[in-house]
Amino acid sequence: MTEATGMRVWHFSEMAYHPAWEYLDETYRVTVPNRLYDPKIGADLYHRYLDEWALCDELGINIMTNEHHATATCADSVCTIPMAILARETKRVRLLALGMPIANRENPIRVAEEYSMLDVISRGRIDMGFVKGVPFEISPANSNPADLMERFWEAHDLILKAMTSHDGPFSWEGTHFHYRSVNIWPRPWQEPHPPVWMPVGSPGSAREAAARGITIGVLNTGWVLTPPIFEAYRKTAAEAGRPATPDKLAYMALIGVGRTREEGWRRADQILGYSRTSGIVSPQFANPPGYVAPAMAAQAIKAAGVGGARATRLQTRDGKPINPRTVSVEDAIGAGLVFAGTPDDVWDQLRAFYDHVGGFGHLLMMGQGGHISHADTVDNLTLFANEVLPRLAELG
Amino acid sequence: MGARALRGFRRGRNLVPTIATADVKEPLMERIDVSGIALETWIAGEGPPLLFLHGGDYFAQNRAFLDRLARRWRVVAPRHPGFGATPRPDWFRSVHDIAYLYLDLLDRLNASEVLLVGSSFGGWVALEMAVRALDRVTRLALIDSLGLKFRARDERDIVDIYALPAAEAVRRTFFDPAAAPDYAALDDAAVEEVARDREATVLYGWRPFMHDPGLVHWLHRVRAPTLVLWGENDGIVAPDYGRKLCAALPNARFRQVADAGHYPQIERPEVVADLIEAFVRGEGGQ
Repeated sequence: MTEATGMRVWHFSEMAYHPAWEYLDETYRVTVPNRLYDPKIGADLYHRYLDEWALCDELGINIMTNEHHATATCADSVCTIPMAILARETKRVRLLALGMPIANRENPIRVAEEYSMLDVISRGRIDMGFVKGVPFEISPANSNPADLMERFWEAHDLILKAMTSHDGPFSWEGTHFHYRSVNIWPRPWQEPHPPVWMPVGSPGSAREAAARGITIGVLNTGWVLTPPIFEAYRKTAAEAGRPATPDKLAYMALIGVGRTREEGWRRADQILGYSRTSGIVSPQFANPPGYVAPAMAAQAIKAAGVGGARATRLQTRDGKPINPRTVSVEDAIGAGLVFAGTPDDVWDQLRAFYDHVGGFGHLLMMGQGGHISHADTVDNLTLFANEVLPRLAELG
Repeated sequence: MGARALRGFRRGRNLVPTIATADVKEPLMERIDVSGIALETWIAGEGPPLLFLHGGDYFAQNRAFLDRLARRWRVVAPRHPGFGATPRPDWFRSVHDIAYLYLDLLDRLNASEVLLVGSSFGGWVALEMAVRALDRVTRLALIDSLGLKFRARDERDIVDIYALPAAEAVRRTFFDPAAAPDYAALDDAAVEEVARDREATVLYGWRPFMHDPGLVHWLHRVRAPTLVLWGENDGIVAPDYGRKLCAALPNARFRQVADAGHYPQIERPEVVADLIEAFVRGEGGQ
C-alpha cells in the first residue's frame, strides 16, 4: 500500500435506477415492484456508471461502491460485483466498498473470500468496508434486527481471523456462525488484511470503531453533527494508545463542480436528487424493533413510527433545520452536505469544513446521483480532478 | 394443594416484592428468581394455580382479564425474559428456553393441576411446554396462539406485522382499534417497556417467523384437554389457523369469540374468562 500524500478522494455512486422515480411516492424501497425496472435501460446505466468509475483511474480519483436491496435508489445490490469488474479494468486507484452488510449476510466466509479474491486480482488495491446497514435493509435480508450488532461483530471477527490465518483450517462455533473448517483460498494480497472501514453516524459508534482501529466513513452528517463524531474517534483512539491519523477519518459530501458557479450548483442540485429520495421509505421499515436501543425506539413508538428523527437533526451552520427531501443547494452548502460551484468555490467550502471538523484524510465524493447526465458527471469529475484535487495535497 | 404451595412460595425468601401496597386486593409485581433469571411476575387471586403467558405486545392491557381470572384462580403471570423489566441473559434466545424456564418455574412453585393459558406468542410458549412435560399442567387454554406453520412455503399463516403501517397493524390486531393504547399519552418509561417487549418478540420470533417448524409434528404429545379460543376478527392469524391447531391436538375444542381480534382477552375479558371457566368445569363443549 502506497503512503498517502494529502487527502485521498473517492468517487461514490449508488448506481441509482432513477428512471423509476417518477412512479414512486411514499416509498422508494422494500416494496417497490421490480416491474418498474427495465433491464435494457438498467444495462445501459450499469455500463455508464462503470465507465465513470473507470475514468476515475485516469483522473487519480479512488473508487467507492456500496450496496442496497429492493430499492430504486441504488441498483448496486452486490457491492463486490462492480469491484470485481473494476479490479481488472483499473490499474492505479484504490477500490473501497462501504460496504458489505455483514450482519445481513448469511456467510462471513464467503465475504472473506470475495474480498480476498478482489484484493489479489487488484494486486492489493482493496479497502473493505463492513456496514451495519440501514434499517430498511432488515426486511429484504430477513435479518433479525434485535441482535444485529452482536452478529456484526462476530462476522467481523471471523472474517479477519479467516484472512489472517495461514496455517490451515480453524474451527468456529460462535453464537451466530458455525464452521468446522475455515481455510480461505486465496489469502488477501495486503498484510495482514485490506484496511477495514465502517460508516459511522454517532459518537458512540465512532468510539467502537476507534477502539478497534477501524477507519470511519462519516456520511453526509454535515457541519453540526460531524465534529463530535470525529472528536469521539480521536479521543478513544488516543486513549487506546494509537492516536488517530487523518487516514482513519473520512467524510462524504455531494460535490458539483462547474466552469461557472451556476453550472456547479446545477450539477449539485441534480446530485441532491439522491438525498431527496434515498430516505423515502415507509415508516414501518425505518424502525424495525430492536434496531435501536429501547429508549430511542420508544420515541419512535410515541411518534407512531415516524422515521424522520435523523432528518430533523441535520442543520445549517446557522442552526436552520434541514429537510433532506426538499433541501436547496444553498442550504446544503450551508450545512456542509454539499460543496458546489466553481473549483475555487468548492475548494473554499471544503477547506472551511476541513478546518471546522479538525481535519480528515479521505473525501468521499458523491459526484454522481439523481438525474445528472453522463456528460455532466464526466465533466464534474474531470474538473474536480484537474482544478481541485491538486490543492488537496496540503490536506490530510 | 397448588394454591397453598403458591402462597407459601410467595412468602419464600427468594421473592422480593417490587410493589408494596396495603391493599390486599392489589396484585403484587414480584421478582421470582428462576434458573438465574429474576422474573418480573404479576401474582393475584386465590384458588387453584393458573399460569398466564402473555403475547408479544400489549402486556398491560391484559389486566382486566387477569383480574377476572383472579376471582377464581391464583394467577401467576410472568413477564418473559427480555420483556418489560425482566432481564434476558445473552445465551437465552429461543422460545424453547422460555418453555424450559417456565417448566422450572412450575417445579419451583411445586404447583400441580395447573391451568396454563397462553395468548398469541405466549400460546406458542405454552405449546412448547405442553409437548415437553405435562406432569403439572392438566388443562390448556390457547388464545389466538402462534407457533405453527400449516400452509405452503410461499403462503403466510401469520401476517407480517412488521411490514404493515402502524395503523394497519392496529386495525388487524383489534376488532375495535380504540382498544389499542395511546402510546403518545404514556410516559417514556412505560413506552420503553413496550419497546423492550417488541424487541424481545422479534429476537425470539423473527426467523422462522413466529413458529417452530418441528412443533406441529409433536402436538400429539399434548395430553391435557385443550381449549382453543380465537377472535372472530383476528386479522393477524385467521380463525382457520385455530381450527387447524385444534384438529392437530389430541383432545381440543375450538371456540370463536365474537367482536374480538387477535387479543380477545383484551377486548372481551369477561367472555374469554367465562369460556375458560366453563371449559374447566367441563361445560361449553363443541
